[in-house]
Amino acid sequence: MSFLVHLIYLAPLLGGFAVLGGAPARKTALGVSGAAVLAALLVFIGYDHRTAGYQFLSKLTLVRPWDLKFLVGVDGLNATLLLLTALVGFTAICLSPEIVEGPRRYLACVLLITAGAAGAFASLDLFFFYAFHELALIPTFLMIGIWGSGNRQAAAWKVTIYLSLGSIVLLIGLIGLYLLPPPEQRTFDIIKLQQLASSGVFNGPGSRTVYLLMLTGFGTLVSLFPFHTWAPQAYASAPLPVAMLHAGVLKKFGLYGLLRVALPLMPESAKHWTPLLLVLLACNLLFVGLATISQKQLDMTLGYSSVMHMGYVFLGLATFNQIGLSGAALLLLAHGLSIAALFAVSGEIRRQTHTLDYRDLGGLAQTMPTLSVLFGMAMFASIGLPGFANFASELLVFFGAFKNSTPGAGFNGFQIVGVIALWGVVISAVYMLRAYRAVFLGERVARWQTLKDMPLALSWPVALLVAALLIVGFAPQTVLQAVAPAIHLFVK
Amino acid sequence: MNAAPWLILFAPLTAAVVITLFTLRSRQLSSYVAVTGVFVSFLAALAVFAGPDHAAGFNWIDVGIFQVPFGYVIDDYSKMLLLVVTGIGLLIQLYSLGYMADDAGQSRYFAALSLFMFSMLGIVLANNFVMMFIFWELVGVSSYLLIGHWFERPSAADAANKAFLVNRIGDFGFMLGILMVWSASGTLVFGDLAQKWPGLNLSPAYALAAALLVFCGAVGKSAQFPLHVWLPDAMEGPTPVSALIHAATMVAAGVYMLARVFFLFEGRWAALGVVLWIGLATSLLAALMATQQDDIKRILAYSTLSQLGLMVSALGLGVPHAALFHLFTHAFFKALLFLGAGSVIHSLHHEQDIWHMGGLQRRMPLTFWTFAAATLALVGCPPFAGFWSKDAIVATAFGRQPLAGLVISLVNFLTAFYMTRLFVVAFWGSPRSSSAEHAHESPAVMTTPLVMLAVPSVLIGLPFIAPVFVPSSEPEAPAILAVLVSLLVLAAGVALGWRFYRGAAKDPVHIPLFANRFYIDAFYGRLVRYTQDALSTIAGFTDRWIIDGGIVKGLSGATFWSGFALRFLQIGNLQAYAFLFGIGVVLLLYIILFAS
Repeated sequence: MSFLVHLIYLAPLLGGFAVLGGAPARKTALGVSGAAVLAALLVFIGYDHRTAGYQFLSKLTLVRPWDLKFLVGVDGLNATLLLLTALVGFTAICLSPEIVEGPRRYLACVLLITAGAAGAFASLDLFFFYAFHELALIPTFLMIGIWGSGNRQAAAWKVTIYLSLGSIVLLIGLIGLYLLPPPEQRTFDIIKLQQLASSGVFNGPGSRTVYLLMLTGFGTLVSLFPFHTWAPQAYASAPLPVAMLHAGVLKKFGLYGLLRVALPLMPESAKHWTPLLLVLLACNLLFVGLATISQKQLDMTLGYSSVMHMGYVFLGLATFNQIGLSGAALLLLAHGLSIAALFAVSGEIRRQTHTLDYRDLGGLAQTMPTLSVLFGMAMFASIGLPGFANFASELLVFFGAFKNSTPGAGFNGFQIVGVIALWGVVISAVYMLRAYRAVFLGERVARWQTLKDMPLALSWPVALLVAALLIVGFAPQTVLQAVAPAIHLFVK
Repeated sequence: MNAAPWLILFAPLTAAVVITLFTLRSRQLSSYVAVTGVFVSFLAALAVFAGPDHAAGFNWIDVGIFQVPFGYVIDDYSKMLLLVVTGIGLLIQLYSLGYMADDAGQSRYFAALSLFMFSMLGIVLANNFVMMFIFWELVGVSSYLLIGHWFERPSAADAANKAFLVNRIGDFGFMLGILMVWSASGTLVFGDLAQKWPGLNLSPAYALAAALLVFCGAVGKSAQFPLHVWLPDAMEGPTPVSALIHAATMVAAGVYMLARVFFLFEGRWAALGVVLWIGLATSLLAALMATQQDDIKRILAYSTLSQLGLMVSALGLGVPHAALFHLFTHAFFKALLFLGAGSVIHSLHHEQDIWHMGGLQRRMPLTFWTFAAATLALVGCPPFAGFWSKDAIVATAFGRQPLAGLVISLVNFLTAFYMTRLFVVAFWGSPRSSSAEHAHESPAVMTTPLVMLAVPSVLIGLPFIAPVFVPSSEPEAPAILAVLVSLLVLAAGVALGWRFYRGAAKDPVHIPLFANRFYIDAFYGRLVRYTQDALSTIAGFTDRWIIDGGIVKGLSGATFWSGFALRFLQIGNLQAYAFLFGIGVVLLLYIILFAS
């Protein structure tokens, strides 16, 4: 059955090359990304959380002396993320507009981003884990530069420099991690590394520096304060499928890396740097949250909001207990689905209006009812309304933060940041409802009388994302029980 | 496990889902689906009312060391409120069939109303804090949808936003309180907490903070001062919504919640004192504001605020039973008042200014008489329902805190005054506009609910009827004195109102402070502008020009690292200094929070 895991990244990868080679572009893209969704769903359902551990394993040894091999497999954590990748990848293809200039390259790039993200999540080997992510970044940069909007060149340069620097810092950290154990025990195999962790080889001298490098590297990729300023502009300039895929999926790579590699291997170092992380994530929540309120365009608001919401995931990771970590893992999925849906809808608005400025828009709910409802549902998901997966995740993060306290005593750092995070829920409601008010409600604007509502071909993929948010929101246990074994690995 | 409580809860949700997915295009079908849903709930609620007390549930979230249950509890409190919510909900949905008949968004309206029923019933049934919070937020969103039903009107869209955001502020405190309660006790379930909480060895400050933060939730949802500002604006929604959500049920959820978790307050005098005086302040301020409003729905809205304040002060006096009794009677006569107002508004083609009404008593007799019954109930005239429930509060107040008793009597006086004003101006005299002249009685689908609500408004408070529904309580003080005071202020209020407004063509009283709601809304507008909006502008600017400018431009500039290093050395480089300043802020925060 392990071929199913391979299918999730191989289908879009081969599909991408096939499209470049002349296969019918849209049909191929839809076919391969649909197949990936199916495979990811089967893998997610097929993962047995009672047996726990890694399943669907397969490997190909490449360099024996370095213990470098191509190792692929899943547990509940990356099975969930693979499902997210496949789903968002598929909807991104569905929503990709008809492009006049280079339609083949366009769709091939979207497929390659999906393939890279899926490959990174499926790999249980440090080398391929890193390499697949780099594979996904290149088409991302290209697409912003070629098909972006606004000041696309500047945005492309900025995101390239930023993420490349982040990746380099991360690479140094990963090399450091590889070198920490004694030479005969060195390996790229994440499963073996996790088994090694209990022997304490990652607690030696230098481990704290290695962890800080990984935190900085992963953090930059996830837009941790103060390395976040690339994100809003990049998302505002990025073509619709790129914004969906990067904000929804690819950005989660950094958080997944922390959950999969950094925290389980180096819990001591993680705890050492927790105070720093708490301060930075508090800035994500409060400072970036406030900055979000001041935005004047829908795409910038969404971009900033996605930076802000990373603070919740980081808080979940910082709590280092089962409650907060479960919440963080669930939030990876929830945020990915909701932000992808939001970017999908805002991209569709821009396609028709060529502006997302609040001063230009207004009253769109009257001409575009379906689109407005979809945006509204994704919006309420993203501001943590119960019934959507985001609420269950954030709830767990809050309870995780309050778990780390002496019962009945005053607040420590976790609770103080927890209070900031709670206020963040108010802040997100402020900017999102203001945005909705400005774009969709109020009187009709004469300019927008002729807009067309979302046709079914575009609305049902977004509805699919919203439905997934609702299903997980009503029954969060479906995902929570799947990710539990990955967290039990390092938190008792 | 008994299925009836689940049926009560999920029948309206099913209706909402069916409407959203299948019947959006057929307005009529949608309304029937919604009415069927609430009717099923009502029948199941009757069955539950007749049945035994019990509780059941399952784990909604389970991550090993932490569980969130999803369960219901059936006891005296929830039985009573289930009947109120489903019964009044059913009548109001029937009324809506007439009131919303010509509305293009009828399907959307009924879907949102069904969602509201689901959420409200969830609050009533909840057996634990998180479940209550879940439905708490859901009633918030259904309220948002219904206030903003006519979203093309800027005032409605703004009112919807205001309601949601103000409630979110209350919910911030509520959630924090829940987290503190859980952190100290390790449980979320009301039943366990009630036993465990008094025995916990908590510092008084912690216990006080937890209780008051939970109270914050009620302050938001039940529109208590200082978070009361959203409720009058919420009148932008269709009138049946105002009746059901913003008068009879949702706004009472805060009172219900406080009664449910009264163990947090029991015997803690500081907490009870805050609750009492917040309630009294709300009650008095709102009553004063009500005396100078001209919009019929706004007068009723301020009256709702005032009565909610009364219920909250009853909790502060330590008598949750009395609070629930007043919640119970108030639900009927306030719903009736709003539906009566709706009948007038409907008949006068969306005229809401009482000074454009007048002379309706013969043109709309059913509306007139039922409105009269509800008014008498509200002002506390014996033997109407409001008399009994108010008396329970007044008596306790005089017995325990005479000052509170005086304030409540003053509120009762004002209530009698502004209701007389409303009644005399809107219904009596001669018509003051052509639409009032051509008014006619509303269709039977609207007047039948009026009559059906008038019956409980008159009878339900009687001492041999009320105990069937309401958990009993014994008044402490010599009730005779309280009754005498109440009757005296009632007579004074009515007389004064009659004296000023009989035959008046325009308002002879002019008090700008009351008419402008004590300028509280204007003050909040400034507060938001000068704090949140100013801070967010600074944050946005800093992010764009200093953090981004400082780091990225430094890194990506032609001079790269060397240039970056040089920038720091250059005297007078604003960006670099600002960047250093940013690092300083982070370090400072770090030191404050963690260096011990």
